[in-house]
This record gives sequence, C-alpha cells and structure tokens, in this order.
Amino acid sequence: MEKLINDFSFGLFFWQAVIFIGLVLLLKKYAWKPILKAVSDREEGIKSALESAEAARKEMQNLQADNERIINEARAERDTMLKEARQMKDAMIAEAKSEAQAEADKIVAQANASIENEKKAALAELKNQVAELSVEIAEKVVRNELSSKDKQMQLVETMLGDVTIN
Amino acid sequence: MHRNLRTEIKPGMQKLSVARFLLTFALIFTSLSLFAKDAEKGNNGGAVDTKEEIKAYIDHHLLDSYDFTLWSDGEAGTHVGFPLPVILWDDGLKVFSSSKFHHGETVAEVDGNYYKLYHGKIYKTDAEGTITMDQEGHHPTNDKPLDFSITKNVITMLLAGLLLFLMFRGLAKSYKKNGAIPKGFGRFLEPLVIFVRDEIAIPNIGEKKYKKYMSFLLTVFFFVWLLNLLGMTPLGVNVTGNIAVTFGLALLTFLITNFTANKNYWGHIFWMPGVPTFMKIVLAPIELLGVFIKPFSLMIRLYANMTAGHVVLMSIIGMVVLFKSWIGSPLSFGLAFALAILELLVAALQAYIFTMLSALYFGMANEEAHH
Repeated sequence: MEKLINDFSFGLFFWQAVIFIGLVLLLKKYAWKPILKAVSDREEGIKSALESAEAARKEMQNLQADNERIINEARAERDTMLKEARQMKDAMIAEAKSEAQAEADKIVAQANASIENEKKAALAELKNQVAELSVEIAEKVVRNELSSKDKQMQLVETMLGDVTIN
Repeated sequence: MHRNLRTEIKPGMQKLSVARFLLTFALIFTSLSLFAKDAEKGNNGGAVDTKEEIKAYIDHHLLDSYDFTLWSDGEAGTHVGFPLPVILWDDGLKVFSSSKFHHGETVAEVDGNYYKLYHGKIYKTDAEGTITMDQEGHHPTNDKPLDFSITKNVITMLLAGLLLFLMFRGLAKSYKKNGAIPKGFGRFLEPLVIFVRDEIAIPNIGEKKYKKYMSFLLTVFFFVWLLNLLGMTPLGVNVTGNIAVTFGLALLTFLITNFTANKNYWGHIFWMPGVPTFMKIVLAPIELLGVFIKPFSLMIRLYANMTAGHVVLMSIIGMVVLFKSWIGSPLSFGLAFALAILELLVAALQAYIFTMLSALYFGMANEEAHH
C-alpha cells in the first residue's frame, strides 16, 4: 500500500483525467452518437422491414383467401348456371317433344282423316264404277237375256220373286 | 449475421498499408538513431543478465518514465528512444526536455534551479544533485516540485486516444458513405460497440437509462483495452498497470455513479428498507463504506492484473536469459509465448470487467424501488 501511494503520480493522474474526459467528450460528439444512431436506425429499419414483410404476407394471405372465395363463388355460380341450363334444355326438349308429338298426332289425325276421306271417295267412286259396270253388265246381260221372250219372262219372274224375298 | 461481418481487405490496399507502415517505421528508426548518438554512457555496463539486474529492469519497466526509451545498450551505455517534455510548477512554470536528465544520470539546471531524477521522481536539489534521505533512509527529504510532465504514459494515452478517435470517427463516417453499413475495419469495431451496448450496458443498467452512460462505457472499454494491448507490444509501456491511471478511471466511475444516483440508491445505503431499525443503523456505515470500496476494487483489480501480467511475463522472458542452456531457454520461451497469449486474453477481459462493473454500479444507482 505504501508503495502504491509512493508510486502515485499526481501529474499522471491529472493528464489521465484530462485526456480521458477529453476523449469521452470528443468521441461522444464525433463517434458514439453517430455510431449508436446509425446502428439503432438500422435496427429500426430492419424491424420495420420485417414488420412490413409480415403485413404484406398477411395481406397476401387475405388476398389468397379472397381469391379462393371468389373462385368458389364463381364455381358455384357456374354450377347453378349449368344446372339451370340443363334444366332449361330438358324442359325445352320435353316441350319440343310434346309439341312435336302433338303436331305428329295432328298430322297423323289429318292423314287418317284424309285417308278416310280418300277411302270414302275411292269407295264411292268404286261403288259408282261398280254400279255403272253392273248397270252396263246388266244392260249387256239384259240385252242378251232379253233377246228372246222366254228369257225376258223368266227374268221378270225371277226378279219379282227376289223382290218378294227382300 | 456475424458471417457477413468478415473484413475484406483488397490485396492492393494491403500492400499499400504495409508500405506505409514500413515507411513510418523507417522514419521513426532514423530519428531514434540520431537521438541515440547524443545519449551518454550508462552506469551499469553489459547486458541485463543477472537476477538483480532483471529485477531492477522489471521494476523500472513498471514505472512511468520521463523519456520514451525503446531499448538500451548497457555495454555502449546508449539508450534508443526519444526525450519528452518535463513540465514542473516550482514558483512558475518550468518546461524543459527530459534529455537534460540524461536518463537520471545528471542534474538538470533550469532557470537557476536544479532538479534530479531519483527512483523515477523529480526532486529539487542543489547544483551537485545531493539527495538527502530521511532518518530511515528510504525517502528523500528534498522538495518535490508539482510535476505535470508529459511522461511516457501520458504520450501513450495520447496515442491511444488519437487511435481510438481515428478508428471510431472512421466507423461513424463510413455509415454516411456506405449506406448505414460499416466498411473495412469498422466491420470489426461495430460488433464490439454493439456488444458493449447489448451485453454490458442494457442488461446492467436497463433499457430506459443506459443511453446517458454509453459514452463513458464505450470509451472506458476501448481505452482500457487498447492500453492493455499497447502494454503487450515491445514499446514497453505499462499504462493500465499504473495506479494513477486506474485511480483516475475508477474515480470517474465513482463520481458518475454517485452523481447520477437516485433516491432509492441512497435509501438503500443510509436507511435500508425491509430490515429492523437496529439493523438499519448497523448497515448504514457498512453500505457507505461499500460506496467507496466498489470503485476502489475497480482501481486495484485493473492495476494488479496488468502489473502482475507484466511482472510474470517479463520474469519468464528474463529466465530465457538466465538459463543460458539449450533446454531451459526454449522452455522459458515457450512458456513466455503461452503466457503472452493468455495476457492478450487478460487484456480484453480486464477491459470487459472494468466496463461491466462500472455498468453494474451505474445500474445500482438507477435501480427503481420494487416493493
């Protein structure tokens, strides 16, 4: 301890204090303040960059969710539209079918009617022709038959006999 | 993150700085040689090779000195180095070159006053340089003028201060130039600054109040570390192993602690809360003593560690000379080498401990009551 006190130099202490305090003040102004400021600014910058990246990521997620929702909605809409279209198509087909059926029925009915008419007409004509033919034949036969008196008489008798039966 | 911080030195730059270093070295060396011619023959002839001489050499090294001696040639009696200004206050300011003492061998005459170096201190003497001893024969009774000399330690501290200023000014400037990212040597310095902030200041003082102490803590950390490292160089300086220097540093810690202390801190010293009244009275003087013991321990710890390191390292280096054998000397050299590496660690460690404990004391002074 005595050696320590003996070694103590006031001059050195004085200069040490002057140099050190001067150094603290100088470095404070020209080094520590700008360095610490730059470091903390950079840290703040990194922090805010990370935060904004996180926010962007969240927004991205939101967007994706939105997109998904929109896609789902669109898909659902498409499905309903398809469904409606299918229903409409079915309805139209059914309607067309029924209409066609009706038309076809009508046509068939008309055809049937005209066939009937044609048939009737044909039958009538045929009857007429048959009648005519029969008349002609009858005429010829009668003319032939009536060439002799006996045969005329016989016919009259026969005919008369038929008339009574009818 | 640390991977990005590797310093990239371009080969061209490296060459340039090597050339600059060599040039500076050559300049210093030539100026030293010139001074060496003026030096006069010393008292102790021959190489330093006995136990007593080695002990004296170590003792001499540990002390401050008025000239910057790099090495001495005992045989030729020459000292290589440069003189420093001596500034005395003795009925007026006396400034003269330390070369007047001729390494303590002659009496320096300034304005009709005579001064002599005796065991590293300046005493006022008569023209013959008589030193009168006290009764026990240990201490001279001569007057000691007030001594504000720019000694070897002062010069070293100035050099360290300049280096620190250039280094950290460079780092601060590099932020502006390089878009907030340090460049070159700054990449090594910046993590250290962040280390002091994040590992020393904030954990000990707290997030809220650490800022006002940062300038002191950063300066003390790098100042002590650099001076410790300079003590490891062959310049042969021992600044942090000087009690006046560690006293100055510890005194600042003491003053800052007590002048920034809050009510809670003083409350814990004079009227310890949560203990019986009797204990409060007993504790007060103990706590008050602690206020002084804390910085005192800082002072002694740094001084003792650095001094011990220098003594042990120099003793082992001295053994290389003493052994004079093919086995002992290389062994001593190996030991000295290992110890030098350890001392490099101690240099950083002591700076860290000093800063860390200062921060701890500041933290205590700022602690808020938590009851």
